[in-house]
Amino acid sequence: MSAFLDDFWVLLALKLIAIAVIVPGISLVVIYAELKIGAHMQNRIGPYFAGGRWGWAQPLADAVKFLQKEDLIPDEADRRIFKLAPMVSLMATFTVWVIIPFSPTLIVQDLDLGIFYALAVSAFGTLAVLMAGWASANKYSLMGGLRAAAQLIAYELPLILAVVGVVIQAGTMSMRGIVEAQAEPFFHIGSVGIPLPYLLQGQVIGFVIFMVAALAELSRIPFDLPIAESELVMGFVTEYSGMRFTMFFLAEYAGMVGMSAIAATLFLGGYHFPGLDSALFGPFVLLAKVALLVFLIIWFRWTWPRLREDQLQAFAWRWLVPLGLANIAATAVLKVAF
Amino acid sequence: MIDRHLAAMHHSEAAVAVELQTPDMTLNIGPQHPSTHGVLRLVAKVDGERLGEIEPVVGYMHRGYEKLAEVRTYAQTTALVNRIDWVSGFANEIPFVRAVERLAGIEPTERAQYIRLILTEMARISSHLLFLSSYPLELGATTPLMYALRERERVLDLIEGVTGGRFHPNFNRVGGVKPAAGGGSNQKKVSQDLPKGFLAETRAAMQKVFDVCDEMVDLILGNEIFVERTRDVGVLPADKAVEYGVSGPNLRGSGVRFDLRKVEDYLPYDRFDFEIPTGERGDCLDRYVVRLEEIRQAAGIVLQAVEGIPSGPLQAKVPRVLKVPPGAVYVRAENPKGEMGFFVVSEGSRIPYRVKVRSASFSNISVLPWLLEGALVPDLIAILGSLDFVLGDVDR
Repeated sequence: MSAFLDDFWVLLALKLIAIAVIVPGISLVVIYAELKIGAHMQNRIGPYFAGGRWGWAQPLADAVKFLQKEDLIPDEADRRIFKLAPMVSLMATFTVWVIIPFSPTLIVQDLDLGIFYALAVSAFGTLAVLMAGWASANKYSLMGGLRAAAQLIAYELPLILAVVGVVIQAGTMSMRGIVEAQAEPFFHIGSVGIPLPYLLQGQVIGFVIFMVAALAELSRIPFDLPIAESELVMGFVTEYSGMRFTMFFLAEYAGMVGMSAIAATLFLGGYHFPGLDSALFGPFVLLAKVALLVFLIIWFRWTWPRLREDQLQAFAWRWLVPLGLANIAATAVLKVAF
Repeated sequence: MIDRHLAAMHHSEAAVAVELQTPDMTLNIGPQHPSTHGVLRLVAKVDGERLGEIEPVVGYMHRGYEKLAEVRTYAQTTALVNRIDWVSGFANEIPFVRAVERLAGIEPTERAQYIRLILTEMARISSHLLFLSSYPLELGATTPLMYALRERERVLDLIEGVTGGRFHPNFNRVGGVKPAAGGGSNQKKVSQDLPKGFLAETRAAMQKVFDVCDEMVDLILGNEIFVERTRDVGVLPADKAVEYGVSGPNLRGSGVRFDLRKVEDYLPYDRFDFEIPTGERGDCLDRYVVRLEEIRQAAGIVLQAVEGIPSGPLQAKVPRVLKVPPGAVYVRAENPKGEMGFFVVSEGSRIPYRVKVRSASFSNISVLPWLLEGALVPDLIAILGSLDFVLGDVDR
């Protein structure tokens, strides 16, 4: 058995299957959470009948419904790219999970350049949006795709700048390394060392920038301009139906969880929680932190209106980028000083 | 410096004058689009996100009410007119019925006038609450809709309690109002009047309306993004607004203190104390705030009217077969959407010879091409929404 598990390819396959099952699973839970939380914020009940109680099966029912829908491809569409776009979108969000550590050992691959890899891969998602927007042969889709491209360029930068602060503080780009660095005692009360997540170690600005930029990367309200239902009908997904629409839909939520997981790892201490055994409780601690952030994102969605394109750009270049640079400078100075 | 350099380039023969041009894209917004309030179609020339020429195409919802009115008796026509602006159905009936009454020389009873006034203001509240909630929806905020509709439902319930219909009450009669819904068919019962507990429920509902206004101030006007999206967007100066015949809250949002309730005497508004809220900049935010404030004023009017409602008959003496003497009259009223007027021509028979409707939304959206020139696509939605029109009111 052990020899079987030691084989690189077998292990890799197992890990990939695990990710391929867990990520959509979590996404379904998040979709359900969004339905329910949104409903309660709006004085509604939300899904109620599906599955017998509390409408717990609503996301599944939706998925089944989408599978049955006709798969439409517009006549004028660039068929190959049109078909490829949802896969790229889904791939981008799935592959991020490769480097997210659930516990000291439970990680698909602890890359040395973990966070760098995550940022690079998640940027693919916007490429998918651009592809979908272009290939749909629809003016609204095209505008959605172009908006997404502009948004990516504007917000990728603050996202990276926010991460750099953490990387400087931790001295490593490996996701596990970053968590372990946060598990180190930050200060001592008597002989008891108190570890603090980076959020409490002064990366507040970094955390805020990261979350704002992540919202923009995910095209969530208040940055959902590429979709902007009231303006662009459905933006880049206007022409998608059935299974392909589901893939975009799933990618959105999987991306939400993925980004939250990265944020939790970088700023909230990942799988580590003082007093709990990381090897045993790690996954649950991480999921709890992710749930917290996902709730935050859902909360924003049901509260705020959306920004305008020029305001979005101004916000990124005028506020987030300078703030991110200042944050890096301050972090570096403090790191050298102490 | 750069200018001079460019000028030099321009004049030198060596410079090749190639001007890069991308053809404008023609974007058809509507008639099927989430934000055109039904079936308005805008043919827009867009350069990226920047709007060029824009042409509203109306008529997708033309139902020929003016023509239909020519083959119906006056009583039957009220059923048509409350379908013109369906979010404030009750208010539409008032100018028409007043026009007929003026032609026929019939004065409605005091109590009927008060009931009309109360329900008109309720229609205003319900219409403005719908705007207050659906406008943020167009800017991406989904939740305020539910909060405002919750309280709107109370108001609609009250209207339904009296008239029997939430949207299309068809409640006004020449010379008064219909016996209320609770009354049954026997017209002589006292219980045909306002339903039991109506006045108390109205007071409670108006309190809720005040509350939801405060809630909207917190939730929407307190939101930085909303203010950013609407301030100085779609600025309509007072003189332009007057030129285009814009009326109602849109006109007052531009700073013109003009309210037909203070000018005309179609309902006894002079007995009540209320303000005319106006804006300063004439932008989307002002139009929003004006409507918010108008809800408060309308609720105030309702509360005053409920206190002072006189007793008496609901219906003045009207001949069984109403033949209106020959003549023509134009009666206009301050509807939630703006000035609504009916020009009624009678030849002395049971049916009008001609009914011309002056509806607020039609005139209000006529300013769109001017207002939208050079705006951004997201602003188009913001400006469109802030004019608060209803397609039934545009096309009739």
